[in-house]
Amino acid sequence: MDLMKVVEKEFTPEINVPEFNSGDTITVHYKIKEGNKERIQQFRGTVIQKKGEGATRTFTVRKMSGAVGVERIFPVTSPFIDKIEVNKHGRVRRAKIFYLRKLTGKKARIQEKRY
Amino acid sequence: MPGLIGKKIGMTSIFDADGKNVPCTVIQAGPCVITQVKTVSNDGYAAVQLSFDDKKEKHTTKALMGHFKKADTEPKRKVVELKGFVKDWKLGDVITVDYFKDDIWLDIVGLSKGKGFQGVVKRHGFSGVNDATHGQHNRLRAPGSLGASSYPSRVFKGMRMAGRMGGNRVKVLNLKIMKIMPENNLLLIKGSVPGSIGSYLIIEK
Repeated sequence: MDLMKVVEKEFTPEINVPEFNSGDTITVHYKIKEGNKERIQQFRGTVIQKKGEGATRTFTVRKMSGAVGVERIFPVTSPFIDKIEVNKHGRVRRAKIFYLRKLTGKKARIQEKRY
Repeated sequence: MPGLIGKKIGMTSIFDADGKNVPCTVIQAGPCVITQVKTVSNDGYAAVQLSFDDKKEKHTTKALMGHFKKADTEPKRKVVELKGFVKDWKLGDVITVDYFKDDIWLDIVGLSKGKGFQGVVKRHGFSGVNDATHGQHNRLRAPGSLGASSYPSRVFKGMRMAGRMGGNRVKVLNLKIMKIMPENNLLLIKGSVPGSIGSYLIIEK
């Protein structure tokens, strides 16, 4: 698999992604192209999983838009990500917090990490 | 068709110039050594024999070893004869991935993954019985009728039934070259390619 690494190295740009984990609240500043114009949209929510390795890493952010849950999967190496802001570090006991999908309201809160 | 021998290395995805995430297959294409040149005057047809991927001498038969010695190369694992080369290649010449540098589209031949003994739903795309209830019991993926009864009193040849699937020679046409990396003889192809990782491919121009 060494040759695989050669390829991934070639296509993984040097990116400044802050350290975050499942349970953290982050804001993804995302570039959107409309015709010739480019604007930046923010997507703020909880990270519910990080997946993959190398050039194909992704993370999933979940937020509640009114009463409807919205999830978005971002490739870490995507050229459309302007920047990622970490707002809160949450304390969760597993790497994939899909149980959050069934919870709403007060039950869906995540305790903030204390250092 | 002229081409090279390659090896499937794996799959990944890259972002192209438009920012689209494109699935890619990584192929090690060459370097291939020419171990025999067949000519019309000598063999009745023109072709070139290519060899790829080093192996140890102790794993090579003496007959093949003499063949490789003639071309003055290390013994190779995969030997393939291809026709239609435009350039006159000489014995012992090495073709690298640069051979494809002017191309946009390639065809790739590989041996598809073996699927074992499969039923008609997977093997021939039958729809099965589309009911789980109404007395179906154990006939959900059954083929149905094989034909009429007393006339013709037999099953026609070529009736699609269950059996061994996969492990066939498959050619995929018009695969786009995404990138050529000459320092490692690597080729990035858009989409997938038949066969498992590490299997040999014939990359045709």
